Amino acid sequence: MATSVPDPSQKHQRREHGLMLALVSPALLVILALIVLPVGWLAWQSIYHDGFTLENYRRVFTEDIYWRSFALTFEISLAVTVIALLLGYPVAYLANSVPKGWSILILSLVVLPFWTSVLVRAYAWLALLQRTGVINQFLRYLDVISEPLALVHNTFGTVVATVHILLPFMVLPLYATMQKIPGDLMQAGASLGASPSLTFFRVFLPLSLPGVLAGCTMVFVLCLGFYITPELLGGGRTVMVSMLVSRNVELYNQFGAASAVAVVLLLGVLAIFFVVSRFISLDRVLGQK
Amino acid sequence: MMTKQSFGFGCALLSAIGLVTSASAAEQITFVSQGGAYQEAQTVAILDPSAKKLGITINQDSIPDAWPAIKTQVGSGKPIWDVVDTPTGNCLRGGEQGLIEKLDFSKIPNGGAMPESYRSPYSVSYEFYSSVLSYSQKTFPKDAPNSWADFWDVKKFPGRRALRNHPFATLEAALMADGVAPDKLYPLDVDRAFKKLEEIKPAITVWWTSGAQSAQLLNDGEVDMEMAWNGRVSAVAKEGAKVAFTYNQGILQSTSLCILKGAPNLDTAVKFLNEAVDPVHQANLPLQIDYGPGNPKAFETNVIKPERAAQLPSEPANAAKQALMSYAWWSSPAGEAAEKRWASFMQK
Repeated sequence: MATSVPDPSQKHQRREHGLMLALVSPALLVILALIVLPVGWLAWQSIYHDGFTLENYRRVFTEDIYWRSFALTFEISLAVTVIALLLGYPVAYLANSVPKGWSILILSLVVLPFWTSVLVRAYAWLALLQRTGVINQFLRYLDVISEPLALVHNTFGTVVATVHILLPFMVLPLYATMQKIPGDLMQAGASLGASPSLTFFRVFLPLSLPGVLAGCTMVFVLCLGFYITPELLGGGRTVMVSMLVSRNVELYNQFGAASAVAVVLLLGVLAIFFVVSRFISLDRVLGQK
Repeated sequence: MMTKQSFGFGCALLSAIGLVTSASAAEQITFVSQGGAYQEAQTVAILDPSAKKLGITINQDSIPDAWPAIKTQVGSGKPIWDVVDTPTGNCLRGGEQGLIEKLDFSKIPNGGAMPESYRSPYSVSYEFYSSVLSYSQKTFPKDAPNSWADFWDVKKFPGRRALRNHPFATLEAALMADGVAPDKLYPLDVDRAFKKLEEIKPAITVWWTSGAQSAQLLNDGEVDMEMAWNGRVSAVAKEGAKVAFTYNQGILQSTSLCILKGAPNLDTAVKFLNEAVDPVHQANLPLQIDYGPGNPKAFETNVIKPERAAQLPSEPANAAKQALMSYAWWSSPAGEAAEKRWASFMQK
């Protein structure tokens, strides 16, 4: 009997699903047209050139210049992630423990640089770090150094500027996670006689780890694809993977090789997300819930 | 029986057809160059006067590096560009790969009259620039470096240096530093050039990738000497920086005009190509910007004053001090191999 009478709530739900699909379809179409199709075309380019070939991938995995670039890119990303964590954690902690008005101010300061273009920020770092730049001039004025330091046109300058650009991606997920740690837990720890540092290390820090993982993943993955900063501040020697892609296209006219590099990087990023998803929900990384 | 409305409709249709035909009668082409001050200078000196003289419309587009676009446009079978102003090597390589139209010089008398080394079956020289040795006059108020051997001599000329992050002109400079005469460079001894580059590599602070970057390095005193394009150095000097350059052992490079294979307005494009290298239009270019005319006949038109001519890279006396880049060699298999070797040189 029950099967023959359609459940009105089910019907309602179906209608709602249909409506939702209709609402998201424009966005899905945009994603399909602007992301899925080009990426598919990219992957196709990497394996098809007058017939199927794995030549491009063989080169990526066997030739010096490719693995040097991949190694350097991972090194830089790792360094940037660690530095951003060390700098970002105290900021997020402070924003979490001060009254609301102050935390808004702190977070605004963190997000403020977002409104300046990456290019402008790279040039600003150039003005600060170069031989005749502000920092070297100041140090020479103080007689701390006699010769200007090589602060830019190398890996150092690239890392400094990249940390600056990516710091908000570390602070925001950390702050979001810390917000959800109940303050009562700390008080409970204190009431049981634990010192502030003990409650921090035994209670607060472990509970903030999902935020740490989310922030680190975000920063690491974004850093893997950095282009303008190493291009402008790396002095030509700091060849990260994205630069390899552009050089393959611009300098050597090898779309296939460029595509293969891009596909390998993309797979690397997906692998990182997959591993991270075993530990925390990806919503946390991407949506910063 | 014809109603009033259908009659009116018919008239509208007829006049619409009339409009279409009259629009297509006004011929047009799409011309592509590299943008910026350079394209503005061309517009004043060459493009607008050519459009007026030929009675055509020239639609302009610009792109820093036309090569990938040429490949994809012709590859798609429906190119939208007609004439491209691009480094000569792209025209040659494109010609060999079937991406560029072969030129019929009987229809391009201005190009046909140019010396052979200034044209190819696919292209005519459009303008000249030079990769020169430039230096800070603050660091070197006198006894400035004057040759690539000086640039390589870090004892006699201490200071920070920059080179372009590209093998073009850089390999030539290395060979000249090693004692090869400017007119005996090609075919390049690639091994010898890279060996010489290894020697200077530790002294290179920056390997620049864009002309703007090279200008900034020189302007801010970030380097004391560098290889740069003459127009960039003179622009920095004009703004008041104490910098200078020498044409001695400069590497004379050119961009050329060529036509995309299957260009939508082929006949008009050929007409334009001939007009664009007309000696008088060409002579007007260096009055707008620090590049030399692609047609050497421009120097015989009396449009360029002798003191202005002396500043230009392709002026005969200046050209004699320099090496003329062989794009034919760079687009040969040996040249392409040398280009690829650059990446591993940079990363070691």
